[in-house]
Amino acid sequence: MQRFLLKNFDAVRTAIAILIGMLICVLLIILVSSSPGDSISIFLFGPFSSQRTIASIFEIATPIIFTGVALSIAFQAEQFYIGAEGAFYITAAVGTAFAVSTSMPWFFHIPLILLVSGTFGGLWGLIPGYLKARFNTSEVVTALMLNFVALYAGLYLINNFFRDRAAGFMVSFRLPESAELPRFIDRTRIHWGVVLAIVVAVWAYYFLYHTRTGYEIRTVGHNPKFARFGGINVFKVIIIVHILTGAIAGMGGMVEIMGIHRRFNWQDLPGQGWDGVIVAIIGRMHPLYVVAAAIFLGYLRVGGQQLRLMSDVPFELVLVIQSAIILLITARAFLSQWEARMVIRQATEEAES
Amino acid sequence: METILSIQNLWKIYPNGTVANQDVSVDIKEGTIHAIVGENGAGKTTLMKVVFGITQAKSGNISLRGKLFAPSQPSEAIDAGIGMVHQHLMLAPELTVAENIVLGVEPKRGGVFFDFDRAVQTAQEISEKYQLAVPVDKPISELPIGTRQRVEILKALYRNAELLILDEPTAVLTPQETEILFQTLDQLKEQGKTIVFISHKLKEVKRIADTVTIMRAAKVIDTKPAAELSIEGIAELMVGHKIDLSRVATPEHIGPAKLSVRNLNMTRDDGVQAVRNVSFEVAGGEILGVAGVEGNGQTELVRALVGLLPVDSGEILVGSTDIAQLSPKDIRQLGVSHIPEDRMEDGVAPLMSIQENIIVDRYEKAEFSTWFRIFWKNVLAHTVGLIRDYRIHAGSPKHEISSLSGGNIQKCVVARELSADPDVVVASQPTRGVDIGSWEHLHTLIVEARNRGRAVFLVSADLDEILKLSTRIIVMFEGEIVARFEDASTVTAQDLGPYMLGIKRQEESSAKVSA
Ligand SMILES: Nc1ncnc2c1ncn2[C@@H]1O[C@H](COP(=O)(O)OP(=O)(O)O)[C@@H](O)[C@H]1O
Ligand SMILES: [Mg+2]
Repeated sequence: MQRFLLKNFDAVRTAIAILIGMLICVLLIILVSSSPGDSISIFLFGPFSSQRTIASIFEIATPIIFTGVALSIAFQAEQFYIGAEGAFYITAAVGTAFAVSTSMPWFFHIPLILLVSGTFGGLWGLIPGYLKARFNTSEVVTALMLNFVALYAGLYLINNFFRDRAAGFMVSFRLPESAELPRFIDRTRIHWGVVLAIVVAVWAYYFLYHTRTGYEIRTVGHNPKFARFGGINVFKVIIIVHILTGAIAGMGGMVEIMGIHRRFNWQDLPGQGWDGVIVAIIGRMHPLYVVAAAIFLGYLRVGGQQLRLMSDVPFELVLVIQSAIILLITARAFLSQWEARMVIRQATEEAES
Repeated sequence: METILSIQNLWKIYPNGTVANQDVSVDIKEGTIHAIVGENGAGKTTLMKVVFGITQAKSGNISLRGKLFAPSQPSEAIDAGIGMVHQHLMLAPELTVAENIVLGVEPKRGGVFFDFDRAVQTAQEISEKYQLAVPVDKPISELPIGTRQRVEILKALYRNAELLILDEPTAVLTPQETEILFQTLDQLKEQGKTIVFISHKLKEVKRIADTVTIMRAAKVIDTKPAAELSIEGIAELMVGHKIDLSRVATPEHIGPAKLSVRNLNMTRDDGVQAVRNVSFEVAGGEILGVAGVEGNGQTELVRALVGLLPVDSGEILVGSTDIAQLSPKDIRQLGVSHIPEDRMEDGVAPLMSIQENIIVDRYEKAEFSTWFRIFWKNVLAHTVGLIRDYRIHAGSPKHEISSLSGGNIQKCVVARELSADPDVVVASQPTRGVDIGSWEHLHTLIVEARNRGRAVFLVSADLDEILKLSTRIIVMFEGEIVARFEDASTVTAQDLGPYMLGIKRQEESSAKVSA
């Protein structure tokens, strides 16, 4: 048992962090709600109460899988590229512009749009990547600034050239039908994007752990000096990582438009880029765990929505759990005493035997 | 003689599970020099850290002059009359010698203001009392290492230390500086002080100690009067089997030059010229040893040879190709291997697995991957083979490399670099911080590489290593080659010392004469 716990300590820690986060939430609900029993069951089981709510979990998770996987690649290379938000947004705008200005049968149109948005997202990621690789500028700072550039450039593009004046809102023209990702479960908005997201996650897993470039990326992330010493081209790796992150996050933005909104309707940064940071951390930068983390985040969000609709508990509660879990997972010291005690006990046993 | 310090059944386990001291018992007699010897990682430093209150034991007793003693922090140990000079000196480089000596217990004017004049005076007095000359008003950063160490000793004496612990004090000293330190220690002993001297250099232990405690793998093997032990005897107890300290035979066949450096100049980031007009050749089948106090341009030179630092001018030829402008990868492909000075910094990615660390220079080979896939099975088999051939003590190739001991991590690095089938091996401090068993084994591996016709360029701060392995020796001082010895078999540490300190230098012409 001790040996098992020690071997999987990171996973155990994540599980305990999640449990504690949920527990804090339950305690808060008991404190603020007038009928705590009902509220807790709405929060915990509400997400599974109907086909619609279950579907919502996956609708919410889909774009976050894209951004989470994208950021996992960057984080594995120790690149704190946090521009997924901007890439997500501007690529959706550019992809929309491309989609509404072209027309062809869907089996050409959809792949072509994905290709265009992936390419654009990659170029967008290349900007901080090149600055980092060439001049060692902080990718954190450049990416943050580029998020604002993305917002205003995207708004400018859509509002001035592709705005649907008939709509009464600040939205783009509707995508042609050939550019819509079909929904495949009745009375839900689950669309083919979810399949695409999982394919991307599986590919990213394979790429990181079973290809040369993936190995290079992880090696640079673990110790760039060692990578250079061994002959790995660190410059190239940093560039590739940023391109991939931008491309996947950007593609996620366009998929969200093609599957859910069907026209560009974001007047502000939508937040999925930040959610991607959260699930990349909870999923410990492993693309497959990131899928699970994104679905978990979707579940929390739907639980929060249910609370808002059906109880007197505020939605913000979800943010509390989210933050608690992240803090616990990222705090190196969390449970480290416990781990140390187990290690010492085990070592004593082995030394004495 | 009275027992001043008695350690009984002491256990220390670090939070990561390392058992550093296992049921250790030692008695130290007042007024003696007591050496604690053991390979690296045997637990010597840990034991002393417990005595000095830096870390706490899991169980066991320490008594000081018969009274139970369990310091929870160094200040308690200092108050009890214990002083410790650490493996890595802990002085404030910007402050003067006097300031460093009184730091923490400064003389104050009016109880508030630091009284610089009194500090200088006090330092002067204490320096005279113990006959340890130091320039009291000079900043530490301007002093050579040997003098800095003397300041550390004075600092402890100023705090009334009766028991002085020196953790591998000679590791950073030249032979001449070491001799001066030993005179100091003898003198302190005559004044009644007790000295615990930690080392893994056996000649020194033999020279200075009254009593020797030998540690191996966290345990005390034996404590004996030094007079009853021979160097070979101590070595054998330390490692657990017989050890060969003699020089290796000179190579039978020396081939043509494989590495030629001509008029190389390099500048450091801070503008100091690190390498000055350096020229040498290394032929296949020989080991060229570079002696010198660390920081005299060796690091920069090595990094240039493997493409990790740019050069200002000059040529570096591998075979007949000038590599001065090539990338580390291109240089590796020309058959240059590199055992780096700092293995945790350059030599490995600590949190990656052993196998992932092994393939860093060869993952693109057809055996291990195609453009779309790494064949982890082949990587695993290859790693298992290296672990066996190079006698690396490792659980599984999939374990994190940092879970191995220092000596075994270094063996992984050496296994990777030598199995790459290089023409030229650039080895920098190849045995730093490894235990004697690994030390010897790594030497065997390096000599084997030499015998297979590789050109070996060896930089080391360990003079025993240089003298044991080298076919020829050059000495570097302030970026220059100040001496060349064409036949290393007759050279002694005493011959090298004056050149390493910059006191002597061969003129270019006389260097050629000695060739
Ligand atoms: N702070 C630490 N945490 C974990 N392990 C340590 C720590 N310090 C030393 N060790 C380990 O304890 C063992 C003994 O180390 P040390 O006392 O430094 O040996 P020595 O001084 O004899 O070379 C080694 O295996 C070393 O890796
Ligand atoms: Mg030590």
